[in-house]
Formats: sequence, C-alpha cells, structure tokens
Amino acid sequence: MSDTSSLAQRPLHDLSVQELGTALAAKQLSATELAQHFLARMDAQRGLGSFVDVRPEVTLAQAAAADARIARGDATALTGIPIAHKDIFVTRDFATTAGSRMLKDYRSPFDATVVAKLADAGMVTLGKVNCDEFAMGSSNENSAIAPVGSDALAPVRNPWNTARVPGGSSGGSAAAVAARLAPAATGTDTGGSIRQPASFCGITGIKPTYGRASRYGMVAYASSLDQAGPMARSAEDCALLLSALCGPDLDRDATSIDRSAENYSRDLNNSLDGLRIGVPKEFFGEGLASDVRSSIESALREYEKLGARLVPISLPRTELAIPVYYIIAPAEASSNLSRFDGVKFGYRAPHFDDLADMYRRTRSQGFGDEVQRRIMIGTYVLSHGYYDAYYLQAQKIRRMIADDFQQAFQQCDVIAGPVAPTVAWKLGEKSDDPVANYLADIFTLPGSLAGLPGMSVPAGFGSAENQHMPIGLQLIGNYFQEARLLNVAHRFQRATDFHLAKPTGI
Amino acid sequence: MSLTSNDIARIAKLAHLAPDAPQSERLLTQLNNFFSIVEQMRAVDTSGIEPLAHPVAVMGDIALRLREDTVSEANQREANQRSAPAVDRGLFLVPKVIE
Repeated sequence: MSDTSSLAQRPLHDLSVQELGTALAAKQLSATELAQHFLARMDAQRGLGSFVDVRPEVTLAQAAAADARIARGDATALTGIPIAHKDIFVTRDFATTAGSRMLKDYRSPFDATVVAKLADAGMVTLGKVNCDEFAMGSSNENSAIAPVGSDALAPVRNPWNTARVPGGSSGGSAAAVAARLAPAATGTDTGGSIRQPASFCGITGIKPTYGRASRYGMVAYASSLDQAGPMARSAEDCALLLSALCGPDLDRDATSIDRSAENYSRDLNNSLDGLRIGVPKEFFGEGLASDVRSSIESALREYEKLGARLVPISLPRTELAIPVYYIIAPAEASSNLSRFDGVKFGYRAPHFDDLADMYRRTRSQGFGDEVQRRIMIGTYVLSHGYYDAYYLQAQKIRRMIADDFQQAFQQCDVIAGPVAPTVAWKLGEKSDDPVANYLADIFTLPGSLAGLPGMSVPAGFGSAENQHMPIGLQLIGNYFQEARLLNVAHRFQRATDFHLAKPTGI
Repeated sequence: MSLTSNDIARIAKLAHLAPDAPQSERLLTQLNNFFSIVEQMRAVDTSGIEPLAHPVAVMGDIALRLREDTVSEANQREANQRSAPAVDRGLFLVPKVIE
C-alpha cells in the first residue's frame, strides 16, 4: 500500500475526483466516509452561502448504495464520488428552486437527465447549490433563495475574497468547488454561466457543444443556448464527469444530438506540438484589465513552450454579440417563463380579483427584478412591429457570428483568450447597473451564440487590490472538439500549478 | 429610439406583469439604457443573411428529429400536482372565469 501513504497525509477534500476514485476502488476509503467528510465541511462553511438545500439522510443513503456497489464489484470511475448540483436541475430528492421565489420549495416528480446519468454512474449528491434566478446573472446576486442555515437572503461569497462575487449564474457551484465543499459540481451555461464563475473562483469548467448534454429537467432559460457541463478543479476531472453526463437523450430533448457518448479522457495526454492556437484580437482590446491581459499573455507563452503556435485571428463581431445575445436570450426566456402563471406549480399570489389579475400579481411577486427586465425586453422584441428590427436582425447576426468562427477555425485548432475582462468584482458593485453586468459577458457570448464548446482554465491571479483573485483562460473549440479542448487544458495544467492553488483559510 | 412610460405599460400588459409606479420608472430607465447598446446592432447590413434560430443548423448535416405522436410517459398526476398551489380531486383550481 505504498501509494496510500501520500493519500493519507492529504485531507480528503484536497484529492481530485480521479484520486478519490482510485482510493474508493482500492477500498482505502468508503463512499460513506467521504460523504460524511464533505457534509461536515459544508456545515462548517455555511457562511459562503453556496448550498440552498442539504439532506444528509439522502446523501448518506446514496453513499451506502455506492459502497454496496463497490463491494459488488460493478462500480464505475465515479461511483461514490460526491457532487453538488446547480439548483437549476430538477431533482426528486431535493427541492428545486432555480433561485426563484416562484419555485420556493418546489419538488420535482423526476430527476433531470444529467442528474440521473451521474446517479447511474454512482455519484452521491451532496445537495443543491445556489444560482442566479433562472440562471439570469453574472454574479449570483439575483437569487431569491436563502442559503442553508440562514433565514434571510445572503449572497454566495467568493472563497478567494468573501467580499467579492463568485460569478454567475453557476456561482454556488463554483464557490463550493473552490472552497473544497465538493470535489465537483454541475453547472449550466447559456451565455457564460459555467466559464465565468469558474474563472472568478479559480476552478476548471467546460460547456460542451450545444445539444451534447440533455436539457431535459434543466429549468429552461433560453432553449437555443442552454447547455449543462461539469465544474471541478482540473481538466482531467472535468473529462471524467463530462463523459458521464453527455450523450443522446432523443426521446426527451428535441435538440439532443444523436451521437453516442464519448470517452473525453482519451486524448488528455496528447502532445501539443504543432497545435495552432487562434488569438482573436478583439479579445485583447481596451476593456481588458491589465492584470487579466498579462496573465492570459503568459498563458499563451506557456503554450508556445509546450509546442503550440499562436495564430492571430479576428472575430469581428465580438462586441455585437452583447446586444444579439441580450435580444435572443430574453426573447426565448419571455416565452419559456410564460409557464409560470400560478396554476400548475409554484407560487400563487395570495390576493387577486380575477384570473388575469392572478397571473399578473403572481408573476410580479414571484419573479425578481432581473427576470422581469428580461421578460420585458423579450416581450418587446417579439411584439408586432419590432420583431424584424430586433429579433430577426439578432438572429441574422447570430449566423454571421457562427460563420466568423468557422472562418477562424480554418486557420487554427482552438481559440484562446480571457474568459472575462476583469477578475471577480465586489458584492453590490454592479447590482444597480444591469447593462454593466451584460457588458462583462463580452468574451463568453460569441461562443454561446454559435453553440461551440468552451472552457475556463485557471491561468493566474490579479494584481494590486485584485491580488489572490483568480483569472481564467478561455479555450473555445469547434463543434464536438471537447476531447481536444480538455487535452489542451490538461497539458497546461501539467505544466502549471494555478489550478492547485487554494484560497486562504480553506 | 426611446421607450416611453406608455410603452412600459403596454409591454407589461403583454407580459402579464404588473409593475408598480417606482418599478415602472426604473424599468423605463433600464430598458432605455439597454436599447442604447442595441443601436449598433441595427446598423449592421444583414441583407441576404438567413436568420439562425438554432446552432444545430450550422453544425453540418444534423437533422432535427420528429417522433411519433404517441403517449410515452406514465400518468403521474399526484406527483405532478404535489407542488400546485390549489388542487381538488385531481383538478387544478383557478378563479372563476365564466360567470
């Protein structure tokens, strides 16, 4: 048992998914012990506000089942590994709120496909983690749900600096993984909601090609953009998780792609010799903070050392992606969220005059400000007389943006740049200025509109007042190039240690 | 182009929302701020460009499927109604619509 000595000296929460899997398979550790360890950590770190529903009896029952499965000898690489689920995935055994008062205490009759697939692999659910309401936000400040242990609303805090936002909308997922309250979490990404919080919290996250992971049981925000993906501390761990959660779900998701599941770990160690990395000049303009710029430039130099070649490219419509996304996503949201009317599930206003009044009061009381703003924008751009000028025009530019990427991929294999223009901002700093939040999504929106896979990889830290705040490198691949992206990220992580850095006090 | 408070009232009605006066005021300012960043989009020449409703359409020869129009889910009325605001004998209750 020579390899266990190093394991025994390290706290369980510092081990990777890969390492935990090895220890579980070797029976050096039980799934129950592991679940208890993380439940205790979650309890001790309630102040971070990342979890919104925790049910230790459910978690421990799942852990016991995982132990039995390991004992029977039919375990997978993920059996017994704990995971936290973003509260946008419906779950039978935990409440599902989507961060909204509208769904406070809602219990789903079924599990989302992504949740079910990870459970089938034997993963153990630690609980549900907070997110922006209906995944609309970039700071997690739009949630209407109080964290576990708190009667009042409290923001999710960034473990690197608790006065800063964790990013959003998968902010609870990112904070929980960064604080070692879970070795992994699920997230969803509509316009950057996996990549940006991963960047802000110094973890690794990947959004696969649109249609690769099932949307069944993901509370819908913008259906032509929503996509699930894993968040963990390394590309290697993300590859394991992504392999388990992707794959066709043809009967339940009309846009699920009919393409079998893949082993995304297969190319992790491939050489980067001769890799062509496209560097879009529009990602390095005036709005980019100097500390982010210098970290991303060092990361690109590191790639050159690893044998890659940098190719200057152009994505000329990068800035246009902001209005295009903020027309299309609210348009789809205004339609998706019309189902919340106070009749079949969720909140209903206590007092009203008639049916129409019940709808209006229910929706005005049940939805938060950001959600109502996006419903208003979406309703307007779809309304008679404005549809062509806004919605149709946005869809046309969406095609131009997707075509720009295909042009770029003729010259390069992957695209690299910053995830976000800055490190995580202070809690409250942008909460009165919705447009400022929208502008900060500039580098993640183009890939989302095109439906491309993208990831965030820890690549450095800020300077001056931003010291210790993580910076993420964004990698964007062509359709179905997830294994390539993970390879490119993994080789970087073998050469650097940013992904191993830990917030102080954690 | 600038929205007016009448526009806000009209859109809210279409969206089945009932913002109060201060909220309408805030929405007016915020939506006008938002539409100021949309202006650059309106100036783009998109003649001859097909709108892209869905990214699958640019991924190559992937066809979206149709399925048989048959019942595929088991009846789970009780589980489905567990989170309903008002239910009686398996029916969703709403305020009286027809006098």
